[in-house]
Amino acid sequence: MNAISLSPLDLLLSAALVLLDGALSIALSLKLHRQLAVAAVRMVIQLLAIGYILKLVFSLNSPIATLVIVVIMILVAGREVVARPERKFADISNVALGAGSVALATVVTALFALTTAIRPHPWYAPRYAIPLAGIILGNVLNAGSLTLDAFLGGVWKDRPGIEAQLALGLTYWKAISAHLRSAMRRGLLPIINQMSAAGIVTLPGIMTGQILAGLDPIEAVKYQILLMFLLTGGSGLAAVSIAYLAAWRLTDERQRLRLDRLRSAS
Amino acid sequence: MNPAATSGSAQLGLEIHGLGSALAGPFDLRAAAGEAIVVTGRSGSGKTLLLRMIADLDVNQGTVLLDGQDRRSITAPRWRGLAIYVAAESGWWFDTVAQHFSAEHIGSATELAGDLGLTPEQMAAPVAHLSSGERQRWALIRAAVRQPPILLLDEPTGALDPLSLERVERFLQRMLEQDTILILVTHDSGLAERMGNRRFEMVDRKLRAR
Repeated sequence: MNAISLSPLDLLLSAALVLLDGALSIALSLKLHRQLAVAAVRMVIQLLAIGYILKLVFSLNSPIATLVIVVIMILVAGREVVARPERKFADISNVALGAGSVALATVVTALFALTTAIRPHPWYAPRYAIPLAGIILGNVLNAGSLTLDAFLGGVWKDRPGIEAQLALGLTYWKAISAHLRSAMRRGLLPIINQMSAAGIVTLPGIMTGQILAGLDPIEAVKYQILLMFLLTGGSGLAAVSIAYLAAWRLTDERQRLRLDRLRSAS
Repeated sequence: MNPAATSGSAQLGLEIHGLGSALAGPFDLRAAAGEAIVVTGRSGSGKTLLLRMIADLDVNQGTVLLDGQDRRSITAPRWRGLAIYVAAESGWWFDTVAQHFSAEHIGSATELAGDLGLTPEQMAAPVAHLSSGERQRWALIRAAVRQPPILLLDEPTGALDPLSLERVERFLQRMLEQDTILILVTHDSGLAERMGNRRFEMVDRKLRAR
């Protein structure tokens, strides 16, 4: 690869654009300059930190170090998944739900890719496993939290309709089936949109990065196609697993609708 | 109670022992086939909780038996099909009224609609276009066509004009003649007097005979 290496001065120059935004914020009294500054500094620190961590882990090339990084990423993503929806479970099952479905979707999809299409040596090579897990996590997180939000919000709003069905003797799973379906659809829409728009409306970020870093466009496109398929698979797994897990947590052994297990986000 | 019903060894009818939760109860009740139990009381006194616990829609402890059979020995959906709860605010999940009835029930629903002053045309209408009183009566029909042995009715006449009220009352009397057990929660003291073989008042989440 013949990437054009960036010097610290190049980065400082591009930071001038952030300063411009800050100046605009002050001039137009958007009151965003403080947030902007904090976010920009955070971004730089976070990315530099992960850059050095990745460099270290790549050089260690140890399965345990790789596993630790991936597990931490999954836990953080699991927390994010359940933090976004308007309604949440009141107890620990909240985080378990998020981490469980995110872990399932990410691990299955990443292992599939590492053992079939990409096949690095060894298969857990951190240079492949960690970025792959990262990008899958990002999408899985999106699909999972949208699904969860749609499901919990829909069930909460439609309580009278669901309980009317239960009262007539329908099973819980029948009574919530419409909500389950629409929630999973909601979770899968973004990845479908992303695939439809890829290359026409947007140049996907990964592909752009690879082209900028000097990779042949066709090679970059092939990687992007592989990634899109992986992300679609991961999103599907996340949407289905989080919807069913949440539905299972919302009922009990007598097939009641247990909305008392939810609280609204403060 | 008819003599045939008392001859069996098992207790016939509905039996409730120590039914309660952290929110209400414990309640003890007994109702024979064809009997109406009317519960009055202030809003928030626990009347709805009682009905919902009998239907097993809310978490509860205690024993509920129908004709000697413990409700815990059958699945919750089956139990709820035997003791159908009709909420004060009826819930709907499809667009039109008719979609809420299975093919086998459409005929009897149309028949009952006439008795309750509803028109068959309303079946094709979107639920949202009906008045709350109309929705309430359709919800009653939705439960009645299933011919459950127990009906748990929460304010069935809450949103009704006097003529419709009379029709619903006659309708309920007929259900009693067909040996349905009715547990009726109402604010309407006239209805309570006319319907109640046995009347209770809910005070501070406890039942008091009156």
